[in-house]
Amino acid sequence: MAAIELQGVVKRFGPITAVNGLDLDVPEGICLGLLGPNGAGKSTTMRLLTGQAIADEGKLRVLGFDLPKESKPARAAMGVVPQLDNLDVDVTVEDNLAVYARLYRVADVGAAVDRALQIARLTDRRDAEVDKLSGGMRRRLLLARGLVHDPDLILLDEPTVGLDPQIRTELWTLIGDLRARGTTILMSTHYIEEAERLADEVAVMHKGRIISRGRPADLIAEHAGRQTAEVYAPPQRLAELRTAAEAAGLRVRPAGPAIAIVGSERADNGVIPEDAVVRAATLEDVFVLLTGEEAE
Amino acid sequence: MSAQPETVAAAPIKAPRPKAMRRLEPAAIAGVMSREVANFRTYWKGTTFSSVLEPLVYLLAFGLGLGATLVDEVEGVPYIQFVGTGMVATAVIFSSALPSMFGTFVKHRFQNTYEAILAAPVDVEELVTAEMLWIAARSAVYGCVPLVVTFFWGLDPAPGMLLVPIFAFVTALGFAGFGITMAAVVAKIDQFNYVTALFITPLFLVAGTFFPISGLPEGVQVIANVNPLHQLVELVRGGAFGFEAVDILRFAFLVAFALVTWRFAVNRMSARLID
Repeated sequence: MAAIELQGVVKRFGPITAVNGLDLDVPEGICLGLLGPNGAGKSTTMRLLTGQAIADEGKLRVLGFDLPKESKPARAAMGVVPQLDNLDVDVTVEDNLAVYARLYRVADVGAAVDRALQIARLTDRRDAEVDKLSGGMRRRLLLARGLVHDPDLILLDEPTVGLDPQIRTELWTLIGDLRARGTTILMSTHYIEEAERLADEVAVMHKGRIISRGRPADLIAEHAGRQTAEVYAPPQRLAELRTAAEAAGLRVRPAGPAIAIVGSERADNGVIPEDAVVRAATLEDVFVLLTGEEAE
Repeated sequence: MSAQPETVAAAPIKAPRPKAMRRLEPAAIAGVMSREVANFRTYWKGTTFSSVLEPLVYLLAFGLGLGATLVDEVEGVPYIQFVGTGMVATAVIFSSALPSMFGTFVKHRFQNTYEAILAAPVDVEELVTAEMLWIAARSAVYGCVPLVVTFFWGLDPAPGMLLVPIFAFVTALGFAGFGITMAAVVAKIDQFNYVTALFITPLFLVAGTFFPISGLPEGVQVIANVNPLHQLVELVRGGAFGFEAVDILRFAFLVAFALVTWRFAVNRMSARLID
């Protein structure tokens, strides 16, 4: 049984269609990265899965429960780590976790809090007020709160958005631990590196639907080939190189002040300039080619 | 990471995985209330101070001030005792309508607290019910303070006064529901000024706290009679000086008020919280 099954899901907000015919299966035990630019519909999808948004069309099934009718028992078995920090800042770390253990009807609240503190490596801060924690500790506490009832499925909504690289790495370690334990994870992100490092599979979401899906290596091989050549040059020369590469049947994407010629291993002699920097193709190449958006 | 990885408990703490869950589960309501209690422990001093002091200031200003200069008695009751019993209603509205309006608005719009709670197995109806129950429980306590203080100005304890916390609780439930509804309806926090000016202040002034409503123009009396605060004032005075048969209807009115605002609050918050 898939942990998440979405078929033809549509969600509109007035004239805006945030989710537009979304089909998505998340098998049990994998970490699926939902990768997409801002406004792709990732957060709306997360809200649909927690019953905080009701789909206009389509079928949603989570852990065997039909949504929105059976959203409540579905939520009892899943954990959610939100994009925004919504901890209770004036109370202690322990109280934050204990409240949610009760909300999830955990029988032994004390044991559940102890375990969540261990997972988030916050045991020594259990009596600290949340207000006194560093940004990284707060994000770890948010993760612990989502895990306090030992969920079968965890939804991570942009888990490291806005964090500095060190804190992001801390979070990645914890998420990696969860993944190693076999917890099913659906993680929305617009950070390429995050998806590449953590996800067993990546689904690229754009304009409310999945436009490609697979293991990161397979997606790269399918859409970007083996190599990418980056060329840094004045705009006029970049434009000429782009025209020549596209005429040779290669795909070209912007890369900040440069252009990236994707699949450069297939280029004929002379198409790739000698001063190009040739590197292995990445998921970022795939993301930009598929969505037309600059990656973060 | 600064802390070393720790050994995670071998036996996982699984929450129950029910196949179905019903509405208005006591565990969900208790869970939401436990969050309120945890937070209240951090700010109870300030809230209690203002909730107790504000009605006391009115009590002393009107009860002692007017009682010493202009009014000796009203309906055979010393004026300070008349005001002291009426001030229960003032304490109740101030400690229920205002915290529910501002608290709900802040938790929803600024702190995103409800988004986190609703991601757990809690529905909007349980969330609103828990918030109302918590505010009403607090108000029932704060509402009794003016009555207790009035003992020091000669008000004799009476068995009927034991019902005052219940009257205050039910009335506060209604005003908590009203406040939550308003929090769901307004677009910006400063729009609460309209709510205060249009509803709360008039209800407070025509409750019969400071003067009997029988002295008001007939049209205003009609409004006063559908004012839940007036019904509370009369019930408290009934508890202090003797109940009348009509007090059963007054209590039924307050129960109906609480039920109606509860449903409005659930409806409006559902519209606000669920897209």
